[in-house]
Amino acid sequence: MSGILQLDHLRVSHKGTALVDLNLSVAPGTVLTIMGPSGSGKSTALAAIMGTLPREFDREGRIALEGRDITDLAPHLRRVGLLFQDDILFPHLSVGGNLAFAIPPITKGRAARQSLVEEALASAGLAGFAGRDPATLSGGQRARVALMRTLLARPCALLLDEPFSRLDADLRTQVRGFVFDRIRSAGLAAVLVTHDLEDARAAGGPVVTPLGKVLAAP
Amino acid sequence: MTGDGLLRQAPRLTLILLTLPVAAGFLGTLMPAFWHDARGFHALWAWNGLPRALGLSLSTGVMATAGSLLITLIIVAGLYGSRGFSVIQHLLAPLLSVPHAAAALGLAFLISPSGWIARLFSPWATGWQVPPDLLILNDPWGLSLTFGLIAKEVPFLLLMAIAALPQTDAQRRLLAAQSLGAGRVSGFIVAVLPALYAQLRLPVYAVLAYSMTAVDMAMILGPTLPHTLSVQIVIWMMDPTLSHQSTAAAAALVQLLTVLGALLLWRLAETLLHRLLIGRAEAGLRAPWADGIARRIGAALGLFLAGALFLALGGMALWSVAGLWGFPDPLPESLTLKTWTRSAPDLIESGEMTLRIALLATLAALMLVLACLEAEHRFGLVPGARALWILYLPLLVPQVAFLPGVQVVLLRAGADGTWLAVAAAHLIFVLPYVFLSLAPAFRAWDPRIALAGAALGAPPWTVFVRLRLPMLLRPILTAGAVGIAVSIGQYLPSLLIGGGRIETLTTEAVALSSGGNRRLIGAYALLQMLMPAMCFGLALMVPALAFRNRHGLRVAA
Repeated sequence: MSGILQLDHLRVSHKGTALVDLNLSVAPGTVLTIMGPSGSGKSTALAAIMGTLPREFDREGRIALEGRDITDLAPHLRRVGLLFQDDILFPHLSVGGNLAFAIPPITKGRAARQSLVEEALASAGLAGFAGRDPATLSGGQRARVALMRTLLARPCALLLDEPFSRLDADLRTQVRGFVFDRIRSAGLAAVLVTHDLEDARAAGGPVVTPLGKVLAAP
Repeated sequence: MTGDGLLRQAPRLTLILLTLPVAAGFLGTLMPAFWHDARGFHALWAWNGLPRALGLSLSTGVMATAGSLLITLIIVAGLYGSRGFSVIQHLLAPLLSVPHAAAALGLAFLISPSGWIARLFSPWATGWQVPPDLLILNDPWGLSLTFGLIAKEVPFLLLMAIAALPQTDAQRRLLAAQSLGAGRVSGFIVAVLPALYAQLRLPVYAVLAYSMTAVDMAMILGPTLPHTLSVQIVIWMMDPTLSHQSTAAAAALVQLLTVLGALLLWRLAETLLHRLLIGRAEAGLRAPWADGIARRIGAALGLFLAGALFLALGGMALWSVAGLWGFPDPLPESLTLKTWTRSAPDLIESGEMTLRIALLATLAALMLVLACLEAEHRFGLVPGARALWILYLPLLVPQVAFLPGVQVVLLRAGADGTWLAVAAAHLIFVLPYVFLSLAPAFRAWDPRIALAGAALGAPPWTVFVRLRLPMLLRPILTAGAVGIAVSIGQYLPSLLIGGGRIETLTTEAVALSSGGNRRLIGAYALLQMLMPAMCFGLALMVPALAFRNRHGLRVAA
């Protein structure tokens, strides 16, 4: 499920003002960080990659994943995972239900799906949590479930929309380490949006502004 | 057309579904008025009762609307944010679920010369040993009718105000005004009311149009010599000799024009009051003395109206199981289920028909509303002011001005007098309420959840079915209960489109109201009231049971 994410002259503008201008590739297992102050176009860049850019924005250029042009595909067909600031666990489903929702329908059979859920939970140190109500988990546990859910959907790339910004300092280091380890071991091309220098350093990849200015090389 | 294409057209189709019957029915209703050299108008002008009937429609409608609005605003201004307000909020659902006819029958039991109030004060305070010969019910000035309308419309306007308040940023505006030295009430009037009324305008117009043209309530509580114009129109229309069809059509047009005239005058009054308000605001309105008064009056009015309705309904329930209950005894000598057992077959038959029609109309309304809202979300559609007006159209155009035309169309198509046709007619009135009830929760649903679902590879349909619908189960079921309550309460559509062959609890209860069998009226009205109440109960219970172990959803819902 790994692949190169290519942003080929991806430009986004709003009423004539350029917000995003990126021409780069993200290799499998690498985290590209897009840094900038609020309103600089970081989230716009993610929306363009995810395919959820509002109509009032103008977009040019192409986006390719594993050599597949995904520029005009619907979000659910892109195979691009997304982690938000909040974990966005589905509150009406159990922890196991949340994970099972993400498993592609190609995996048939209750037992097979259940086994994938158990395996994912165990690997996140949450064995036995399948039946739990997501609302009863701690912040760190919820963040891990959110990541495992995203990985179970077998994405080819992962977008991280300031996923650590709401965690306290200790938890932040712990969850950040967990997420980046998983990205590397899964060989995912990832794009992190943040305004936190620590996050960018921990990601270890190149750091650019939404307009493509390189702030740090890997 | 693809599924997506069909979904994209859902809002347009729904608006056509609302507009077409109203427009076609309107033309069909009014055309007979112009036949045979406008004979209908000549007959109408020749009718002595016209000025009085018209005056009654206008006076009861305007008084009921102004009274309901004033009481609603006093309650909101005096109590918003307080514990009393949350008590009133909790009382709203049961009060709203009571059909108009049931409320009218209950109030009739309460305030009639032989009613509960007279019994409670007799003979010790009044000296009455027999019911006095007083024209309290059906009084010639329409006061009982106005009171009944106010008791039913205040909960509706309060619900609309509660839904609108968060959109007006009321808390912060009030705080800002108070920090500048305004009292709570003056702060509300100056800082919140203009924005709140802008949101309440259409519901208020709907209340005005309804109050001026209500048929079932006016038949039970209204004057009889003459009746209000809308009741007289129905009497002419239902005349088996069909000799008054053109008079009824002419009167329907006059009724519609009167409603339009009243709406225009109301709009004018709004403008004048708005100017007055601005003048008072610029003059530095503070009036801290008004706060305590508004709080007390608001609480008293809220309790009085809720108490009157609950007492009225309690009285009705008691009558349905009363044995011998002579005047002036406050309670029956014995209780018996004789009325219920004797009328069980009829009650079951009417109840089953009522429920069947309500369920079909509500299910259709829910599907259309969900399709419209999903289309709005998925394709980024933004409904304009025109769409909102069309949504309110069936509530603004008097029923007597278009339902008879719908009846003629259905008659020609051979589809009148069937329960399916009645359900289709109910759909026109159920749909706006279901939309108004469901739209705020649907639109408030966190869009990131849909995005999270899509990022996990789920197509929009899966997101809708597996995420949005279950998470919105409670508001969906509540909107369904609202729809069922609206359908159960429909009198004129059931009577006209059913062609007298479809007997619902409401048509039966209103028909019985002219007779004197209080026990039977009580049984019908109680059942009419219990059905929607049970639906509201289910709407609360089912999600609570289904998600009893989902703490996060309880907060979200």
